[in-house]
Amino acid sequence: MLVLSGLLVVVVGFAFRVNPLLVVTVAGLVTGLAGGLGVTRTLGTLGHAFTESRYVAIVWLVLPVIGLLERAGLKERARDVVLRMQAATAGRVLLAYLALRQATAALGLVSLGGHPQMVRPLIAPMAEGAAERDTGALDDATRHEIRAHAAAVDNIGVFFGEDIFIAIGSILLIKGVLEQAGIRVLPTELALWAIPTAIAAFLIHGARLLLLDRRLARRAGPPA
Amino acid sequence: MITVEFLYRLMGVLTGTAAVINLRDASNPNRHANAAFWALWSVSFLFGSYLPDLASGILILAMVAVATVRGVTPGSGEQQTLAERSASARKFGNALFIPALAVPAITLLANATIGRIVIGGTALVDPKQVTLVSLGIATILSLGIGLALIRPPLSAPFTEARRLLDSVGWAAMLPQLLAALGAVFAAAGVGKVVSMLAAGWIPGGAPLLSVAAYTIGMALLTMLMGNAFAAFPVMTLGIALPLLVTQLHGNPTIIAALGMLSGFCGTLMTPMAANFNLVPVALLELPDRYAVIRVQWPTALLLLGTNTALMYFLAFPR
Repeated sequence: MLVLSGLLVVVVGFAFRVNPLLVVTVAGLVTGLAGGLGVTRTLGTLGHAFTESRYVAIVWLVLPVIGLLERAGLKERARDVVLRMQAATAGRVLLAYLALRQATAALGLVSLGGHPQMVRPLIAPMAEGAAERDTGALDDATRHEIRAHAAAVDNIGVFFGEDIFIAIGSILLIKGVLEQAGIRVLPTELALWAIPTAIAAFLIHGARLLLLDRRLARRAGPPA
Repeated sequence: MITVEFLYRLMGVLTGTAAVINLRDASNPNRHANAAFWALWSVSFLFGSYLPDLASGILILAMVAVATVRGVTPGSGEQQTLAERSASARKFGNALFIPALAVPAITLLANATIGRIVIGGTALVDPKQVTLVSLGIATILSLGIGLALIRPPLSAPFTEARRLLDSVGWAAMLPQLLAALGAVFAAAGVGKVVSMLAAGWIPGGAPLLSVAAYTIGMALLTMLMGNAFAAFPVMTLGIALPLLVTQLHGNPTIIAALGMLSGFCGTLMTPMAANFNLVPVALLELPDRYAVIRVQWPTALLLLGTNTALMYFLAFPR
């Protein structure tokens, strides 16, 4: 029971908006101590796991090329391209990216996307640019809301697309866990049963993106 | 053989140069804290494989102390003005998209090919790390394409990388730290205790209640652990198999598939899934730490309801 105190630290820490690095570190230390590992072994376990998890940070290797392109005007170019498409509104740009992200993830192409590579330099400037053209200058709150939507579309697209691909990690995990319990399932059937939720995700979130367009238009007032 | 260790060296160089550039940036009053943070991370990338575990643990404490007390804050920011960038955008036009799109394109291409290359009897790339090494190769080649196209000063990739690292700040390290926390949870047996509790609390009986206990339980535990993969074995072995499959004769394929997707709904609503929900907040320079979660939760709850309904109506014999 006591080992759950780490989870309590997580909940309380995040609820009170304490610095997440501090929350996670304290949660790790508390869990280790409550689990009877002692101070040195707790720190050692955390240190070992941190070193073993360095692969998680590999995604940042993309920063030099993204930074270089931003310096050369990539964001501005992405904006220009959208400005020339009359039909492109903020919501429709994001809807198109949602469809693309879901479809490619369903084919196993999960690396076609991501916040540092796609959302920051391309998708967010495109959506902001379209909104600016359609509704005039954006206030900060609106600009931030559009950016948050750009980040969300990337997440929702990949989460509810990737499970349709049979060789993705989550499908293999499901198969492995059920096999331990003596139940054999086929990856193809697991992937098949991800399709209804994928369609629902596209409809639900797509509708919300079109509502975002209407809200942006209303906020800007009636056309002069 | 190319292993992921090679990519750690590159990350070590990237964070190391960010530390040095920060140290020399007189425009930033917080430059010493920035430099210390990136330098410590650089040590972990370059020498982590040789450091004793306890030393790595202390290194984490030092990084967290710097980030909590002083923070990691960007300095003077972009050296190019908006006018310069707009002019440059007009000059290069759509060619600017080539290096950006080359990153995913080369990743996919490398992923499909480099695993099969064998030189003198040994594989070129460690077979277990093909995906990561592919991403690493893609970033290097794309940078090469970008440099050939734009012809900036050779220091530009480093100064630009440090600009982006500083603007993401300590959030850059959070996903890795969370992965480490997951390992500590596992070592201390958190999963076992949760599954015991879950099995004890949930009454058998009404199918809809049992289905909801599993889907909502998956979402909640995912929110706590930050990761549907960690929650799935606990909830599936603790609730789904005994209640939904054995007792109510549900179809395990449908139940497990929708259970995992219910976990993904939880991922959309938790700061513990930092790489999806907190890192983009830093990358997009949003003032509200929970801005992305705020946008995602309505979709997540509606989908959780959808999954529960799908499971209830489709997974059981009528």
